[in-house]
Amino acid sequence: MAPKEPLNDELILGQQSNATLDNTIGDLVLDQKKHNNKAWVLTFLVGFGMLHLFLASVAWLLYTGIGIWGNNIPSGWGFDIINFVWWIGIGHAGTLISAILLLMRQQWRNSINRFAEAMTIFAVICAAQYPLLHTGRPWVAYWLFPYPNILAMWPQFRSPLIWDVFAVNTYATVSVLFWLMGLIPDFATLRDRATNKIAKPILGILSFGWRGSARHWHRYEQAYLLLAGLSTPLVLSVHTIVSYDFAVSIVPGWNVTVFPPYFVAGAVFAGFAMVLLLIIPIRAMYSLKDLVTMRHIDWMAKIMLATGLIVFYGYILEAFYAWYSGNPYELKLLQWRFTGPYWPAYWLLIFFNGIVPQLMWNPKWRQNLMIVWVVSMGVTIGMWLERFVIIPISLTVNYLPSSDRMYIPTFWDFAMFAGTIGLFVTLMFLFVRFAPIINIFEMKDLLHKLHQEKQRKDKGGKPEPEAPAEVPAGAGE
Amino acid sequence: MAPGPKKAVQHAVVVEFETPEQLLKAANQAREAGFTKLEAYSPFPIHGLSEAIGFHDEKVPWIVAIGGLTGALAGMALQIYVSVIDYPMNVGGKPLLSLPAFIPVTFECTILFASFGAVFGMMALNGLPRPHHPIFDTPNFERASQDRFFLAVEAEDPKYSEAQAFLGGLTTATVAEVAA
Repeated sequence: MAPKEPLNDELILGQQSNATLDNTIGDLVLDQKKHNNKAWVLTFLVGFGMLHLFLASVAWLLYTGIGIWGNNIPSGWGFDIINFVWWIGIGHAGTLISAILLLMRQQWRNSINRFAEAMTIFAVICAAQYPLLHTGRPWVAYWLFPYPNILAMWPQFRSPLIWDVFAVNTYATVSVLFWLMGLIPDFATLRDRATNKIAKPILGILSFGWRGSARHWHRYEQAYLLLAGLSTPLVLSVHTIVSYDFAVSIVPGWNVTVFPPYFVAGAVFAGFAMVLLLIIPIRAMYSLKDLVTMRHIDWMAKIMLATGLIVFYGYILEAFYAWYSGNPYELKLLQWRFTGPYWPAYWLLIFFNGIVPQLMWNPKWRQNLMIVWVVSMGVTIGMWLERFVIIPISLTVNYLPSSDRMYIPTFWDFAMFAGTIGLFVTLMFLFVRFAPIINIFEMKDLLHKLHQEKQRKDKGGKPEPEAPAEVPAGAGE
Repeated sequence: MAPGPKKAVQHAVVVEFETPEQLLKAANQAREAGFTKLEAYSPFPIHGLSEAIGFHDEKVPWIVAIGGLTGALAGMALQIYVSVIDYPMNVGGKPLLSLPAFIPVTFECTILFASFGAVFGMMALNGLPRPHHPIFDTPNFERASQDRFFLAVEAEDPKYSEAQAFLGGLTTATVAEVAA
């Protein structure tokens, strides 16, 4: 990849028309030969191989039981919850980009929202594996739902864990709906372009018979905007509720009021890092540089920096809170984090999440794709370490020194973690192949608006001499 | 005037445009000329087009509101029934009707049902999924989802018999009549 590209304010580069957009994006699905490149095949094979590690570790887990993992009392939560929180956090950037930036009329989101939404869904799928398998008996996971049963039992609605069930399931459902709804008009475009006898009927089914009528678009836009409005508080609530799993308890290091905002910022931080981590190689592989421009990369890097500062503020506040509380158990935990046997995890976290993102202050470094990619990688690792620091480190020291016990993850912990990364990569690369990775109709809309804006500017700021849409007398319904 | 047999066999007369501006202008002209059963087709949503064809609809927001309300009531009712009536558990003498603890689930149910309302309401009102529609027989209509813009006057229009001539006057492109 070219490490440096010029930065300008154009959101769409080159001489683009509706037809070139269809070609660039649509042909990635319709012309499968475009994926016969080494980068796609190699990455997919690595991901697919790691997916098998996941299947093997799940098989061994179900055969033996969750004793193959390193978590044991007092650390009842280990890699399973670390990875659950990590994955769900990564997903949040997708919703942020597609919903919050839509409400704020940030048009630059149009070229990355589809990709980020797909990332959300796959990250939630990966996240869901952990609590599901941590139950030990995933085949009775439906016990989590409130339904009348012969056990005559109901879930405890005052527990953050059941709130989590509702939050994550709602989040997964709404994310899938949002994504599929965005795909309908694009599948219609692909249906109308497809010549392949197998692809055409499949695309026809996926497009639900969309015909792009003005009445359809009218309701579609209403529904899409409302869905964005609903997703915005949803995404904030999901990680808030995830943070309640900790904050509502009385464990030292968890019982902190700063957790909800700090978790939400951390989620966006990790999510933008993951978007950058994926989009930088993919835009190079499929020559999408005209559509995902350096302007996009620059803004994403800035958001990463901003949320990183919020997260860093959270770290400072956590330490301050422990000191200011004067609570000996909180102070003991603080010392355990700073200088205990897990000190490398804590200080690496500060390095990756606190120091490395500061490179993004420099505009020149934001234009260097290599640096942006490495920083994103650092943030991704750092956010994983953050959850490690919060979860097992807090559990290994307790109110009663006799129940202190070290947490040491096992081979199977790492195998399953690598396995979900494999699952994620596999799903992501199949998505790149079989669905339009950039929202085609929104790009056309953006192109049209940019064109109008340019015309307006050329005319010296005068508005279009368009006939006003007033309904003359007698021409009503 | 109602062209009896014609109504049964024809769906619409359709004309094609190259730019959204042309379509918008033509749609406004057609409405001003008194056509009422207008429909426009475009690859992306065009601002002002639904006003131009005389279409106004606010059902989706109402469905979303009703969905959200249903979700909120259902979520709260479920928790109150479970925690107070069917399975009361005394934890440290705390009240059974602990409303603050019921907020998160109520909130999630609100969002879930409202979102169902938005997506399924939109699909139902639009009559989707519908695999085939007469408009797909229009010549070149596959480009309506790519880079062409179509205006149709449907057969139910009282002035349908004048439609062909009127649309022909708007553009040099051929006007197609599509069977129902």
